[in-house]
Amino acid sequence: MTTNVLPDLIPDAKIKLPRQAERTLASGLTVIAIRRPAVPLVELRLRVPFGRAPLSRATLLSQALFTGTGSMSSVDIAAELQAVGGGLSAGLDPDWLLVSGNTLAGGLERTLEILAGVLVDPEYPADEVATERDRLVDNIQVALRQPAHMARAALLKRIYGRHPYAVQTPEPDQVRAVRPAQLRALHADRVRPEGAVLVLVGDINPDLAIDAADKALGSWTGPGKDGKLASVPALEPGPLRLVDRPGAVQSSLRMALPAVPRTDPDYAALQLANLVFGGYFSSRWVENIREDKGYTYGPHTSIEHFVAGSTLVVAAEVATEVTGPSLLETFYELGRIATLPPGEEELEQARRYALGTLRLGMSTQAGLAGLASVYASFGLRLDYLPEHSAALSAVTRDEVTAAAARYLAPASAVTVLLGDADVVAGPLSALTAVERSD
Amino acid sequence: MKIPATKYPVERLTLPNGLRVVLTPDRSAPVVGVAVVYDVGIRSEPEGRTGFAHLFEHLMFQGSENLEKLAHFRHVQGAGGSFNGSTHLDFTDYFEVLPAGALERALFLEADRMRGPKLTEENLRNQVDVVKEEIRVNVMNRPYGGFPWLKLPPVMFSTFANAHDGYGSFGDLDSATLADATEFFDRYYACGNATLTVAGDFDVAHTVKLIERHFGDVAARPAPERPNFEEPDLTAERREVYTDRLAPLPAVAAGWRVPDPIADFAAYLPYVVLAEVLTDGDASRLVERLVQRDRSATTVGGYLGFMGDEYQVRNPTAFLLQAHLPPGGDAEKVLRTIDEELDRLATGGLAPGELSRTQARMATHLLRDTDAVLGRALPMAVLELQRGRPELLNELPRLVADVTEDQIATAAASLRPARRATLEVVPGAGQ
Repeated sequence: MTTNVLPDLIPDAKIKLPRQAERTLASGLTVIAIRRPAVPLVELRLRVPFGRAPLSRATLLSQALFTGTGSMSSVDIAAELQAVGGGLSAGLDPDWLLVSGNTLAGGLERTLEILAGVLVDPEYPADEVATERDRLVDNIQVALRQPAHMARAALLKRIYGRHPYAVQTPEPDQVRAVRPAQLRALHADRVRPEGAVLVLVGDINPDLAIDAADKALGSWTGPGKDGKLASVPALEPGPLRLVDRPGAVQSSLRMALPAVPRTDPDYAALQLANLVFGGYFSSRWVENIREDKGYTYGPHTSIEHFVAGSTLVVAAEVATEVTGPSLLETFYELGRIATLPPGEEELEQARRYALGTLRLGMSTQAGLAGLASVYASFGLRLDYLPEHSAALSAVTRDEVTAAAARYLAPASAVTVLLGDADVVAGPLSALTAVERSD
Repeated sequence: MKIPATKYPVERLTLPNGLRVVLTPDRSAPVVGVAVVYDVGIRSEPEGRTGFAHLFEHLMFQGSENLEKLAHFRHVQGAGGSFNGSTHLDFTDYFEVLPAGALERALFLEADRMRGPKLTEENLRNQVDVVKEEIRVNVMNRPYGGFPWLKLPPVMFSTFANAHDGYGSFGDLDSATLADATEFFDRYYACGNATLTVAGDFDVAHTVKLIERHFGDVAARPAPERPNFEEPDLTAERREVYTDRLAPLPAVAAGWRVPDPIADFAAYLPYVVLAEVLTDGDASRLVERLVQRDRSATTVGGYLGFMGDEYQVRNPTAFLLQAHLPPGGDAEKVLRTIDEELDRLATGGLAPGELSRTQARMATHLLRDTDAVLGRALPMAVLELQRGRPELLNELPRLVADVTEDQIATAAASLRPARRATLEVVPGAGQ
């Protein structure tokens, strides 16, 4: 009765997009509503353009956005949201202020009303802002001790130089200096509907959900600000930058390689080349440095997209004593993918993974909301899913070979390593030029 | 606000070899989740083999009868899917999420390793290295590593089973042998000691046939007798302090024993709700008091079970509170304030609307988790394993909503300082 043969896959049906609607309101706010009624909830994502906003003020604004309105305290806001099963929070990246949340489907109107109050009538009360400011400073102090954060900060600085993306976390002292009046001014200047995108996904009728958003957010008006940033600079390869972390039991290896945006004709080929190299578990790099050599636990590579440019980032935490060998294997695998064509079967495996991941990503309300919001921030819509799916299916082995040669060459890599410099500098210097940055 | 519920269908069956199966079809997205859960976890590790349950989880990915090393990963990902496994105090889970057309492949892969992993010394040593790196990433190389989930149990508990470090010491990991692995598999990885769940886009009748085809000839082996890990409650506070050389700021955690999560679920559930009343959002008791009013804490969290798996843990377990403090923060003061707020809740009860809004938000969290196929497959597999009641997943929002103010007050009243295990983190890194 048992079979020892790996069962065949039943081919996937065509990607079926959920029912959706879109409208740009008079204020300039774009609302995208998507129906997935599987659970009686609604996911909400609001992006407001925030490029070029002053970093410390913008970061504190995102932390203090829900501290009070003309008619509600921070506790009122939280309690009233909870009453309909709702919750909202805010975050910041170099391009956007992002409000995320969810609610019981029956609470959508109320959640939108509360959100409108926060957007239109913010108070930034001195006491609450002071609390959030201290908390933010404390959080930054802890982040400054997290190796993942430290390595990321060093890499951003190395990649972006003078571009605003170079620093994405403010200094504690800069945060301490921010006053509530400055938050009110920044809010008045930048928290505007023009250019903003609201995504609602869940157990909704899309047209009615847009009507509800129009009604609740109708009073949110005002011109947007041009937050457009200059394109990111090209990577400038150079010596490995070694950042000292005395006594570290692991080294944090980070590399940046050139990449292209989702809409570039090379993108699907680059995505597959990255998967074959290191972009998923069954990749050469992970099989090598984890499953063969045991140097590391969770190595990963990914293509990061910002509005002003895309970068491929390679990341691994490796034991201090194998820091040099880990870099060697990383150079080796990059060199191999950049100079030799991938195997037929490993390419097909990566392709099926990429195609399957698209389907898994759109199988939940939260997944759809995240995709729709991220795509919208690059001017794309959900129809990118079937389009990209077709592009992935069509990429040839030659195109993947060419993309790997163009984007994954170790000679183009920018490398940063955080670790115990006295221990790792020697082995690293045997492999490449090293500059210490202390 | 009326609390909604899900109506995911639940089909249960047991194969002749003792494997319990739960099927929960839902065709809202063309994906399936497959979970296999074994009734063994950290608490069952032998002395001298701390971390072995987790190491063994890694070994289950290293090959089996028809699968070479790396094959499992490649077959799942090459089908467009993702995989993982995790080791808890009382169970170990293995799972995949895939496009619907890959269901039979996932069943084949799980059945193959249920018959037994194929282990080599080389793969064992490789995975010991990988696990050490996992421990370095998650515990040794970061501030607050293992706080409080690895650091508080030895304060609260006295027996090896409940108190020891589930990630394991490097010495114990290095001592692990292939014979240990074989013995562990033979003892605990019996199909009578496991559940299989499939959730998502599939046909029930056809899938039953597939499951019979792939799992039907897994040798019938009964479940081993499960030990009782009960130990007496504390009668006086236990407190420990340690210095974290990477942490820039102080922190504190406190834990109290709670009723048996399975045998006495009705008495246990109010504690789950109490944790949210105290710590869910800016309108919760402890966030309002400690973070906003007193500013004696930067963050505060509350939950049941050391791994936050409140509906998937067995007795004994704990109600946990943890707080990160500002520079110079006073853990003793934070603990006193917590006592005050618990007293206030126990004697003064809740404010109008306070409980119902907390329950509404809890419903959202519960429903949201079930939207993902694995958010149904995994908890249902554990609920079947531990309670024989996978349908409890559908009932939880309503059961949470039925908890009364009196039950919350009674639960709060039981969290006395004398029953408390407390752990303070002293910052060892300059700011």
